[in-house]
Formats: sequence, C-alpha cells, structure tokens
Amino acid sequence: MEKVLTRNIGADLQPTDLKAYEANGGYQGLRKALAELSPKDCLDVISGANLRGRGGAGFPTGMKWSFVPMGDKCTPGHKYLVCNADEMEPGAFKDRLLMECDPHQLIEGMILSAYTIDADISYIFIRGEYVVAIQRLRDALAECYAAGYLGDNILGSGFSLNMYIHPSAGRYICGEETALINALEGKRANPRAKPPFPQVSGLWGRPTIVNNVETLCNIPHIIDRGADWFKTLGVGEDSGTKMFGVSGRVKNPGCWELPMGTPIRHILEDRAGGMQDGLQLKGFLPGGGSTDFLTPDHLDLAMDYNVIGKAGSRMGTGTMIILDDQTCPVGMVLNLIRFFAHESCGFCTPCRDGLPWTRQVLEDIESGRGRAEDLDTLAYQVSYIGAMGNTHCALAPGAMEPLQSALKYFRDDFDRHISGGSCPYHSHTRQGA
Amino acid sequence: MNDAQMIQTDVSSVLSPEELSEIDAELAHVPYKSGAAIDALKIVQAKRGWISDQSLQAIAKYLDMSAEELEGIATFYNLIYRRPVGKKVILFCDSVSCWICGCDGIKQKITDVLGVDYGETTQDDAYTLIPVPCLGACDRAPVMMVGDDLHTHLDEAKIDALFPDKNKKAGGNS
Amino acid sequence: MPTIYIDGQALEVAQGENILEACLNAGMDLPYFCWHPAMGSIGSCRQCALVQYQNEEDTRGRIVMGCMTPVTEGARFSLNAENATEFRSAVVESLMLNHPHDCPVCGEGGECHLQDMTVMVGHRDRRYTGKKNTHRNQYLGPLIHHEMNRCITCYRCERYYRDYAGGKDLGAQASHDHVYFGRHEEGVLQSEFSGNLVEVCPTGVFTDKPFLKHYSRKWDLQSAPSICSGCAVGCNIAPGERYGKLKRVHNRYNHEVNGYFLCDRGRFGSGYINSDARLDYAGIKKPDGSFMAVHQQQAIDTAASWIKHKKIAGIGSPRASLEANYLLRELVGAANFVAGFSDSEAEIMGTIVRSLKNTTASNPSIKQMEAADAILILGEDVTNTAPRVALGLRQSVRNKAFELAEQMGLPPWQDAAIRNLAQDQRSPMIIVSAMDTRLDDVASRCVSLAADDIASFGYAVAEVLAGGKTEDMAVNEAAEILLGAKNPLIISGSSMSHAGIVNGAVAVAEALGSQSKPAMLSLCVAESNSLGLALLVDSGLKTKPLSISKLAKKSSKLDTLIILENDLERRASNTDIELLVKAAAKIVSMDILENSTLNNSDLVLPAASYAESQGTLVSSEGRAQRYFPVYQPAAERLPSWQWLLQLADACEHKTLSELEHFDQVVSACAASQPLFTTLVDVAPMRDYRSQGQKIPRQTHRYSGRTAMNAGVSVHEPQQPEDTESPLAFSMEGLNRDEAASLIPFVWSPGWNSNQSLQKFQAEVDGPLKGGTAGVRIIQSTGLGALQSSEPAEQILKSHQWHLVPVHQVHGSEEMSANTDEIAELAGPAFIAIGQKVAEKLGVTEGDGLIVTQGKTDISLQVKILSRVAKNCVGFSAGYSETLELTAGSLVSLIKDQQWVRPTSQMIATDKRTGTQGGSAHV
Repeated sequence: MEKVLTRNIGADLQPTDLKAYEANGGYQGLRKALAELSPKDCLDVISGANLRGRGGAGFPTGMKWSFVPMGDKCTPGHKYLVCNADEMEPGAFKDRLLMECDPHQLIEGMILSAYTIDADISYIFIRGEYVVAIQRLRDALAECYAAGYLGDNILGSGFSLNMYIHPSAGRYICGEETALINALEGKRANPRAKPPFPQVSGLWGRPTIVNNVETLCNIPHIIDRGADWFKTLGVGEDSGTKMFGVSGRVKNPGCWELPMGTPIRHILEDRAGGMQDGLQLKGFLPGGGSTDFLTPDHLDLAMDYNVIGKAGSRMGTGTMIILDDQTCPVGMVLNLIRFFAHESCGFCTPCRDGLPWTRQVLEDIESGRGRAEDLDTLAYQVSYIGAMGNTHCALAPGAMEPLQSALKYFRDDFDRHISGGSCPYHSHTRQGA
Repeated sequence: MNDAQMIQTDVSSVLSPEELSEIDAELAHVPYKSGAAIDALKIVQAKRGWISDQSLQAIAKYLDMSAEELEGIATFYNLIYRRPVGKKVILFCDSVSCWICGCDGIKQKITDVLGVDYGETTQDDAYTLIPVPCLGACDRAPVMMVGDDLHTHLDEAKIDALFPDKNKKAGGNS
Repeated sequence: MPTIYIDGQALEVAQGENILEACLNAGMDLPYFCWHPAMGSIGSCRQCALVQYQNEEDTRGRIVMGCMTPVTEGARFSLNAENATEFRSAVVESLMLNHPHDCPVCGEGGECHLQDMTVMVGHRDRRYTGKKNTHRNQYLGPLIHHEMNRCITCYRCERYYRDYAGGKDLGAQASHDHVYFGRHEEGVLQSEFSGNLVEVCPTGVFTDKPFLKHYSRKWDLQSAPSICSGCAVGCNIAPGERYGKLKRVHNRYNHEVNGYFLCDRGRFGSGYINSDARLDYAGIKKPDGSFMAVHQQQAIDTAASWIKHKKIAGIGSPRASLEANYLLRELVGAANFVAGFSDSEAEIMGTIVRSLKNTTASNPSIKQMEAADAILILGEDVTNTAPRVALGLRQSVRNKAFELAEQMGLPPWQDAAIRNLAQDQRSPMIIVSAMDTRLDDVASRCVSLAADDIASFGYAVAEVLAGGKTEDMAVNEAAEILLGAKNPLIISGSSMSHAGIVNGAVAVAEALGSQSKPAMLSLCVAESNSLGLALLVDSGLKTKPLSISKLAKKSSKLDTLIILENDLERRASNTDIELLVKAAAKIVSMDILENSTLNNSDLVLPAASYAESQGTLVSSEGRAQRYFPVYQPAAERLPSWQWLLQLADACEHKTLSELEHFDQVVSACAASQPLFTTLVDVAPMRDYRSQGQKIPRQTHRYSGRTAMNAGVSVHEPQQPEDTESPLAFSMEGLNRDEAASLIPFVWSPGWNSNQSLQKFQAEVDGPLKGGTAGVRIIQSTGLGALQSSEPAEQILKSHQWHLVPVHQVHGSEEMSANTDEIAELAGPAFIAIGQKVAEKLGVTEGDGLIVTQGKTDISLQVKILSRVAKNCVGFSAGYSETLELTAGSLVSLIKDQQWVRPTSQMIATDKRTGTQGGSAHV
C-alpha cells in the first residue's frame, strides 16, 4: 500500500523539516492550488474525494466547508480555520504522531483549507501535554513564515494567512468543536448549542471551520493528486487511508496508516501481532473510549464508517482499545465513566449529575456492593443519558456507549460481581471506591 | 468601594516584564483582551508553577476582566493550578489503555516511593502527583509525564530509576 | 400562526416562539429551570424535555428540549409520552443527587421552584446511595445569603448577574459536578441589582438575608400590591408582612415598568418601616422642648384649633402621595401651599413638566426604552438615580446583537447563541457626565464634562441635528447615532441640579423631532412622587409655588405651618428653615420617621409608611400608580391622607369635610385639573368585587391567624376590615386574573414559587391578564417644548472646583438610608475626585479632605474616580453629612491633616472570621 499520511515518517520518529518535506513533494499541493485553483475548485476537489472527518464523527469535510458563507454572502470580517489537535479521547494516539513527525503536512493542509474557505486566521488548538508536538509545530511555523508559506500574500498569490498555536489548558470537552471555540475565546469550554453552526457563527461570532489533524493532513495530497486518486486508496466503502491504532494487551501495540476499509482482523492480528501470550480477546472498542464494544465475532468487519455503524458501534478515531479475558469489563467501563464524569464540563444535567450517578453504581458493583436492581438503574441511565439530544453535546452519549454494549455483551460479568460480592478478575483491576 | 479599588493590584509589581511581553504577543491576535485569558494563565504558570490569587488578580486586571471571570476560567481547566505545585508535576495517565496495562500498580509504586497520593506534593517540593486523562501514547502504556518529559512502558524498576534518591517509603525527607 | 400538535391537541402558536413558551401559553405544566422569560434559553438543565415525532407515523420520536426548539408548522410533540415523563423525572433525580434535604430550614421552602418541579415530575425515591457533594458558602454582603449546597447548576444566577445585569463579581467556577457559583473571594456583591438573585435562583442558594433574620414562609405573609417609593421609576412591588413587621419586598410584575426585576434599594430599602425611630403617637411639644404623647382625637382637636380661621400655609412632599399633597393644598388653599421642593429641584421640575407637556418626543416606559437602538445620556448616572431604568438600558444596548441574530434567522430567545454571535458588539450609547457612571462599561463613548458643558453638549447636538456643523467629534457622533437609529432615546434628569442639562436634552429630542425622527425622552426625577407633585402645583397658576425657600421668603408671619412628610433639612437651607420656624407660630408636621423637622414642630403626627397606607404616585414616566396598605398601621399611626381629612373635618373645611373615603379624595383630586381626570382609573375603587368577594391579601394557606397573637392575648382579635380598598385582610376570595393593579402575590396550583407568574400573564413574558397597572396621565400637546437659551459659563478662581452631586443607590435616598443594610452599604459620606487632583492635593483613597463652600467647612473621605470632568469634584448626595453642600457651588479643597483613615474598608457585620475564601477548586 502507498503511504500517504506517513510517507515522511520514518522508524526513528524524527520530525521532517521544511527542506525534507519539500524534497518529498511537500507544498506542491499548495503551489498548485494557489496558482491554478480557485477556492471553489478546491472545495469541489475535496467534496469529490469524499473525505470524511477523521476526528470521530466522520462528517463529510467538503460538505462541512460548503456551509461557510463565501464572497458577498459573508459579512465583512475575519474567517477562521481551526485545527482540532486536542487529542484526548481515551485510547487515541494518532494525531500526536502526525504532528510530531510531519508538522508541515498539517500546516500545508491548513493553509489549503483556509484558502478554500477564505479564512485569514488559523489556529492549532493542541493538547498542552503535547510539548514535543508543540515545539515541532512552532519550529515548522517559523520555517513557513520565513519561506513565505504563511503571512501576507502567500507565494505572491494575494492570499494571506496567519497561523497561531494555542496549547490547551486541558479539558476533554475541548475536543468538541464548539467547546474548543469557547476555549479559544478564552472562556470556559462549555459546548455551544447548534444551530447556529460554527461555519456561520463560530470563533468570535465569525465563520469558522474546525477540523481534526488527520483530516487536514489529507488535504495537500487530495489537492495535489486529485479526488479520484484519493478514492482509490480505500479498500471498502470509504475513501483514502486512515491512521489505525491498537492499544491494550496485544503483542505489538501501535499506530499504522492503512487503507480505509481494512478488516479489523488484519489490524489486530497482522499489525498488532495478536493478543499477548496467555490472553484471549474478549472485546474491543473500535474507535476510542466513547465507542461501543465489539466482540471477536466482529473481527472480519471492514473499518468503514457505515460498516462499523451497522455493527452497533462507531469507527470514531480508529484507535482500538482491546479488552482481554483477564481484564474486568466492569472495571474497564468504570474507568471510562470516571474519565467522562470528570471531564464533563458541568453544563447540562444528565452529563454533569447523571455520569457521577452511573460512576457510583459501577463503583458499587465493582467493589462487590452491587445489588441486583443496580443493573436496572444502569439500563435506566443508559436510556436517560445515552441518547443524542438528551444532553447538550455528544460527550455523555459517547460515555454511555461502552456501558450499554458492555451490558449487552458482558452481562454475565456484571451478574458475577453482584452475586459473588466481589470482582472475579485479577486484583490489579480492582478499582473499588 | 468596589473591588477594583480595594485590591489596587499594581499589575507591573506582580507580573514580570517578560510575562507581560509574552501576554502582549498573545493579545496581538485576539479581538478582545479576554480572548488571551488562557494563554496568559499558562504564560504566568510556566514561570511560577502555579497561579496564585495575586497572579490571578493581576492577570485579570491586565486583561480588563474581573477576578471572578478569570477564576471561572482558571478553575475550569485541568492544567491550570490554583494551588502551589512541586518543581515538577507528574501527570500520571490513569486512563483506559494504561489501566488495562496495569497503571494502578505503577501508581501505587509512585505513592510508595514519593510518599504522595493524587493532588499531593512531596515534602521537598520536588513533585506533585496529578492524574491525567490519556496522554495519547496508549501504544506505549503505561505512561506518565514528569515535567515536560514523557515516560513510557512504565514498570516498577523504571519508577525506582526515575526517583533514585526517593527510594524510600514516605519520601521527601531530604 | 403555525399549528403544532401536543399529545394530539392542535395548538395555534405564535411564530418565533419556542415549544416551552408555546406549552406554557397553552396552560400546560411543562417543568423548566434554566429558561427565564427575560433571559431566554440555553438548554442547560434539560428539564423541559418532550418528545418530538417526525410525522404521524412516528411513534417513538426523540427527546427534544422545549426551550431550544422553535415552533414549526405541523410539528408534533408529546408531553405525556412515557419516555418524556421518565426523562424529566430522571433529570430531577439527578439534580437531587447532591441537593440537601434541608427544605424545612431553607429560606426558599414553600416558594421553591425546585420543590414545585420535583412534585410536578413525580420524582420521589432516590436510588443514589453515594455521598453528596458539599461546598463552602461565601459571605456576599448584608443582602444576600449564600448556601451553595442547594445549587442545581442551572446557570441562571450567572446569566442574570453577569449577562443581564452587567455584574462582574459573580460567576461559575470549576467544572463537572463541582461547578460553583460565587465570587473570587468573599465580599459584598457589587451589583445594584443583586437582590434579584433571590427570585432568579430556582432554589435556596441565594436568599434574602434581611428576610432570614425575621423569617416567615411565603404562605404566611400578608401582601398587597404596592409601588416602590425608593425613586421615581415606580417599580411595582409586593411587600409581605407578618406579626406587624414588613418582612420582605418581592418583585410585582409590571410588563411596562419593572418586569421581573427590582434594584436593591427597592428590594431591601424598606427596613426603616420596622425601625424603632418610628413614631407611635402624636405629640405636642411641651415648653421644655420635649413632646407629650396624645391620642389622635386630641391631636386633631389641637391642630384644628391652630388652623381654623388662621393664617396658615402648607408644605407638600415629593415623597408623599398625590392624595395627601392634594388634601394639604385644599386645606391650606392653593395660594398658601408650596410643593416642598428644594430651589434647584423646583426649577428643574418646572422645566420637566413644561417639557413633558409639550414635547414632540414620547416619554417611554422601561419596556419601550429597551427597544432603543441609540442612546444619549446627559448628566445622569442612571444606575444610581433611576436604577431600574439602567437595568433596562443594559438590555437596550443588546439590540445590535438582536439585529445580527435576526439577519441570521436566530430567534431572540437563543440567548447563548446570540451572545456568541455578537460578542461585544452593542448598540451605541453615549454618556455625557461629570464623572464615572455605572453604565460606562456598556457605553460606546463616555464624555466627561462639567454641568454647564453637558448642557452645551446637548444644545450642540441639537444644532448639528438641525444641520449645523461642529468640530467636536463626540457631538457629531452623538448626532450621527441618533439620526441613524430607529428608536433613539435621550435620557437626562434632575440629578445634577442643573436645569440647563434638561433643556439641552429636550433640545436634542426636539431637534430629532424636527428631522421626522420621533425620539424617546426620559427625564429622571428625584423622588417617588416628584412628578405627581409638580403636576399638582402646575395646574393653572402663573407663579409656580414649588420651593420651600419661596415660602420662607414670602411668609413673614404665619399662625400655623403644616408640613407633610418633608424633612426640610434635605430640601432647604438652614437660613430658610430658621426663617420659617420664626415666621410660624405653630408648626404641625406629619412624618414616618423622626427627623429634625419633627423636632422643630409643635405638633407631630405619626404618619403611616407606604406599606400601611394607600395612595397614588406618578412616576417619571408619567404613570400614575396606586399602592395599597399591606397591613394596618400600628398604634396610633395614620396615613397622612387620613390625618389631613380628619383635620379638614375638624376645621369644617367647606369641600373636604364632605369627603370620607379615599376614593372620594381620588375623585376630588381627579376633578381638580384636566390632567388628573384619569386618576379614577388607576385602580379599581373600594366597591370592586371579584366573584362577589374582595381580593385576599393572605394566601389560602395562611396559618395561625387566630392564634398568632396568643402570646400577647388569648382573645382572638377580629380581622381588621379594609373599608378603603377592594382588598381584604383575609384569605377568602380569589386572586386570579384580576386587574393588574390589584394582584398582591402570585400563586397557582402546583406553582408555589414566583414562577407562577406565568399563569397570570396573558402570554409568556407578556402583560398580565388584568392588563398593565398604572395610567399614563400626561398627554403631550406635541407642539414642541420651547427651550431657554444656553447657560452662561461660570468663571473659576484657581484652586476652585465645581461641586457635582454623586448619587448613590445606597445612601442618597432619604428613607431607605435608614435601613441598616442600606446604611452599611452606603458607607461614609465622600468627596469624589480624579487621580490627578488627588495627586495635586496629596491624598489617596481613604484620606480626608476639607471641603470649603462659602462659610461651610466639611471634612469628607476621599474617593478616587476613574474619570472626572475638568474642575469638577463630586460629593455623596443625600447623605446627612453633606446636606449643606450645594450642587453647582464652587468649593476649595485642602487635605485634612487630622483625618483618621478608616481601618477596614469592608464593613462585614456577619462575616465569619477564620475561614478561607470559599471559592471551589477542582
């Protein structure tokens, strides 16, 4: 398979500087776009490529951009392009790699995206803990300004763009695009109600596009090589390649660029090397901590948005978390719910107060204090908190996904905790309160 | 009397010229001063380790915000410290992949070696231990950050090696 | 008018509203917390959930929030579907996880919105077995009690305090289920509108602290419809009484005036009514200067003997009712009556009345002012002189945001979205004042000028509007924004004691009128009935007998002077007062609290306060409104109108002695001049009955009526009978859908909190079903108000400053200043100067300055302001220490070397010591 996103990433994981990036075809897409393509042309290419957002929701990028008012339809003022580099989904570790090892690819993608929507200011909203990535991006930005890829009148095209890095002060909810916008405005990162969508009223009330790192990294290649080429990369329904990752107790955890639609079995067995010795696969979260469990029965599914969706889960970030047969599923769900309860912004009731309630029930069960009716309570909470629309944003419904599927697939484990009065798994998984 | 008059915080006596110039650089690209609130908190915290009441009031004043507004922001985010921390903060990942890979045991080991639990600072002010949700290095779990450095594939031996002079229970005695 | 379906029922709903509003308008009980009719929707509490169906076939539907869902033609919903009711119950169950079960000791108990909603959703048994989160509470000053553990995190407090009222020092802190609403550190809440937190909070986090000191449950309070006497805005209030004490004041909704909110003076300023300094009995001065208590009849007889066939004169009062002033004028004869204003107020009131009667501009209600899209304020610190108006102006400047929202198709109730869209973009507001005002933070431009220059500014704007030219950028800008606006608003008033400023403002309004751009012109006046009194004395007389000093100068010899609720010290110079005391052989005074005028009198009559009497006040809007007694006056106090009626009777006054009832006084007053004819319509007369009964002042749950005085006497007292109004001191009768002027409290089945108001509104956020209380009595001729010419400039000697009155919401108003909490907030009298002058004089905040005005020297504490017009210094107006200072006079300043700086600037009567600040950290 042709490496696209990772073509500049070597085994040494060293950053690609401007010279090396250019030597490998870097900024060709940008030069081409600025010289030959109008923003509308660029939008058509991206729409035609059927690129879907790599942050988790899989929304078509071209369609998202098409809602940005252009030309006379836009009131005078700034427009913004924001890179969502707030990788904080439990089990997700793909954007870190792209930023640390090939910062220019992201920057070129952002310049092209900004050009397409006619944005003049762009931000990289990045996790504060990603200190290496922040430094490498800063270095790359300096190179870009010096080389005329950023700033006024880029490459003599008349197009101008400034780019800034905003290291986050740390909240999972900042990964939600409207919360991220509030954080960029220096506010509490509560998500905003939609509509209005950020495309029309985002950062400082102005049209704003927020895209994930990986999504933006795809842009230079699509512009450079065309939509048709991009569509040929996928082996399933979806276009392009995707960063897939595996963590948990497998032999070779890691992150690989593979075609969209790669079967799960290939990722888990051929890339991650299968389970560590003595462990059996019990289940897995296919796309990070806020996706539903799948089981060994699902190993032959293709990693495509719709395929995984039909199986009852989501492709999410494409970074799988593996549950082995000696790890307690109740403990794992409790770990996730603790995370989500703590990362709730505190804005809406089901999330702010519902998740701690769920946490408390799970703590009871995990520590052996569970009662039979607790399972009814958990089911009640899943229907109360878990449906989109019940809450202000997607955090709490996402939090409920591992729980609702665990109740479906690992019901026995819950029952054994309750009937046995203790966690039947290895003591290191005990998280009793 | 309003607060502004009562506090009479003299910004320049609290914030250093270096801090102010870094904040100014952020202010240059935001349309409202309050837009630089988080950056300013991070700038000052980078120099001082944490945000004291005095720092908070000075930053608020510099950004034409009320202390309440800035407090609401400072207390919202995980990485703004409103209490003193040690010279280095240990951000210990207790999220799902690290948990599966046995981070609870590592955490216990750290607590044994340093004598601190979550939210606590060693007696010699060297380290503050804080849990962090997923550091995005799940393929190298368990992981943690000590200051700016990421430590991966943690095991008990690595903890001993990282804190050689603390290798005693209830550490921080020197 | 779209049709929507709720549980199969077709509803015609108004375009642009949301489903929650539609349900409430249809009389359905859809619970909610975070939504507020004045503040719109944010979708945070998730309580107003209902199920929306795609179409008729859809049986499952999905949960939507009523407050966030606009009505659309044919949309189908269910309130009663099981998933909807279960969800709403789950929301309350979640809120109850951490809510303490302290309802029996909670100040909100019995009028708690959370209690109501909990019952409404049917939640009863908790399944949660974990620990409750707890928080530290904060000391927030003398007015507001803080109990964070009760918080359900609806964000209403923050949204009200910060977004709506412009307060800066209260907000959300921390996150997840640790969210905390409070200050950065303990201390007095700085907003003049903090008291509304009590009514905005759906539970007991923010409660009325003075009320808690002598607490009664809402259902045990006896209430009456009343009008705030704290200033001239005329906010409608619902005071509550028990055991003969005024316990608290709540907002009483008036769609046009105060809406849902009061200022802190209005809410907390009535404590003086329970003061020990109230007079219980009439007193006759003995030769040794002390007073001998006498009964009513003896007092009346004595007074009558001093009045009948004698040379008498009367001084009215801008804080007494129209009826009392009218009676006094009739009793002494119009020629012997003066209104009782100070000289400067008299002049300005004359100007204002003239202007309002003829201007082409309209005199707007607060509701109308909220529609203004460009504002020019001349000379007023509105927050301190007409506080509730200022709260309205904070909404006016948001019209720019609503305009942007409309362009984007966002409905006005999308609160957070509109704020995010507009950010700091506001409609223009230019403030021209001598010093800082409390609206500076939302003004597009502030101009600091001395009084004369403010007047000139007004004239200059008028000139530019008429086509003139000037170099002055601010003047040009003012003209430009007003001309470019759809609803321009000019605000000025009497607080600078400078008629020229009012004339300047009128000139601007007239100039706009001549450009076919009808303006709104709102003129702030000082006291609750300043305008009513000015109108009363304006009728038909050539020379307007307004000021006290006029009377002092013309009356060399009088048998008896009758003074109605007027402490002359506040409105006349010492010289004039001495002249009057010398001229009058006998002085008869009636007032509420002890004061120097009563001490100068020969007969004092204890007057009832507004809470114990009825009367009509005319607000600065020209709105005549009626207040009714909440309870009967104690001891031998009488409402002034009754004292005067009895005096007239005892004197066998030709016309007055025929009057017996209050309504007859109103009718007589109404007949006295054309402007007053509609006074009879201000509120229903005493014979009004609803379903055959009077309107009850007591709730149907009022308890202990027969036993509440058993500690004093086991004999059950007869309930007092109210022969003067359509209200009864009783719990019998109906309090539903009455005339707006007659609603003493709001309650509806299932809605025990103030949120029951929506059951009394014709539609959500609309006028009451019984209309809007009050009658606007001034009909302008529309001919245009004639202006006097520009004022001449004063020449300053070096080291001299113009004295500018600085009004304070707490401290400047005569009566409320006698309330402990208000006095505490008022702090010491001060002299306000700019930083440069402070440096020149070698003083800092808290030092003392000796202010020399003519022969008067007063030492005052220094307060430093951020902007002060050249050659101006301010003084705390209305404080007893500064009564001798005259606005506009020239003073010199010198540092007071003997001054002892106050040790602590915070006066915290009940601040707990030893505790750290209560901010919550994660």
